[in-house]
Amino acid sequence: MTYIDPHIHMVSRTTDDYQRMAQAGCLAITEPAFWAGFDRSSPKGFFDYFRQLTESEPRRAAQFGIRHFTWLCINPKEAEDPGFAREVMSIIPEFLDRPNVLGIGEIGLNKNSRNELEIFEAHVEFAAQRGQLILVHTPHLEDKKKGTRLIMDAIRRHGRIDPGRVLIDHVEEHTVKMVLDAGFWAGMTLYPDTKCTPQRAADIFEVYGTERIWINSAGDWGISDPLAVPKCQVELRRRGHTEDLVRRVSLENPRTFLRQSAKFDVR
Amino acid sequence: MVHDPPTCPAPRSRVIDLYFMEHRAKVLDIAAFLDRLDRAQDDIGREDFRVRGLREAIAILLDGEGERARRVLDLFSDPTEGPLDSAAGMKGAYGVYPGSEP
Ligand SMILES: [Zn+2]
Repeated sequence: MTYIDPHIHMVSRTTDDYQRMAQAGCLAITEPAFWAGFDRSSPKGFFDYFRQLTESEPRRAAQFGIRHFTWLCINPKEAEDPGFAREVMSIIPEFLDRPNVLGIGEIGLNKNSRNELEIFEAHVEFAAQRGQLILVHTPHLEDKKKGTRLIMDAIRRHGRIDPGRVLIDHVEEHTVKMVLDAGFWAGMTLYPDTKCTPQRAADIFEVYGTERIWINSAGDWGISDPLAVPKCQVELRRRGHTEDLVRRVSLENPRTFLRQSAKFDVR
Repeated sequence: MVHDPPTCPAPRSRVIDLYFMEHRAKVLDIAAFLDRLDRAQDDIGREDFRVRGLREAIAILLDGEGERARRVLDLFSDPTEGPLDSAAGMKGAYGVYPGSEP
């Protein structure tokens, strides 16, 4: 069965990952801008990264018939220095009209600090002014619940953001309900240790339903699995869920959210 | 269509057949981890906050109430509300809220 992986960091993956994903049914991926595992030494590092996301990755994906889309921002792990972060933000406009750029992401919080929050709010305003979709990263582990609350409060405070155009990612059992209840879209990340397993993602569908929610691998340079979405499809099937449900969470829901950008034309 | 009431389509016997071995192994891993901690030389002098969190989480599994996964995650979470003054030099997370430790 075909699928979309709406959150994966292909710059950190090999070309044979693209090949295996295509063989497993991947039609399209979206790649949010994120932390490279080390802090970049200058805003120019981000200029090159944005070129990679908008020029070379779409070409690499196209070799296997996979459509590649992306999101731009400075990630929260490098947002503790607001001056540096604003310099990086100033180079985003020249990339925003490129054909594979869907919006602003993955913005959010990491350690829930004041500076991170200031830069998050600056991105939200930037997206609002330009009518961009937003993809939000929520903090890890013990910081997630508090960070998810701070993020939702900041978006509400802004006042001009339609929650239906915001995807709040990396939800787990303790955050999924508040995200969905507030009208946002929710993403579940399938990670071996630190986020959801395919089993827990299937549990969450069973408890909270399948409306406004998607699954992704968030495959990156850490311990992660670029085939996590098809593995969750298998998990749902072996419990006896219908093909209709499997298709909804792994293909139709991402398509419904992403099509709010006219650039996302995957059929 | 949202499920109402929430449901797993597999009956209980099938759920056990599908998942028992995997979780039997995970329980043994936890048991062996706690044994390993007992054997290791004590260079801390008190219980590590992460291990304390794990023991408290195990109590949740046995209290007979539902929503265990959500409650364990809540137990591990930072309960404070306002933003941190600074995240300078901080990147990672511990897995359990340290409070005033470490
Ligand atoms: Zn990510």
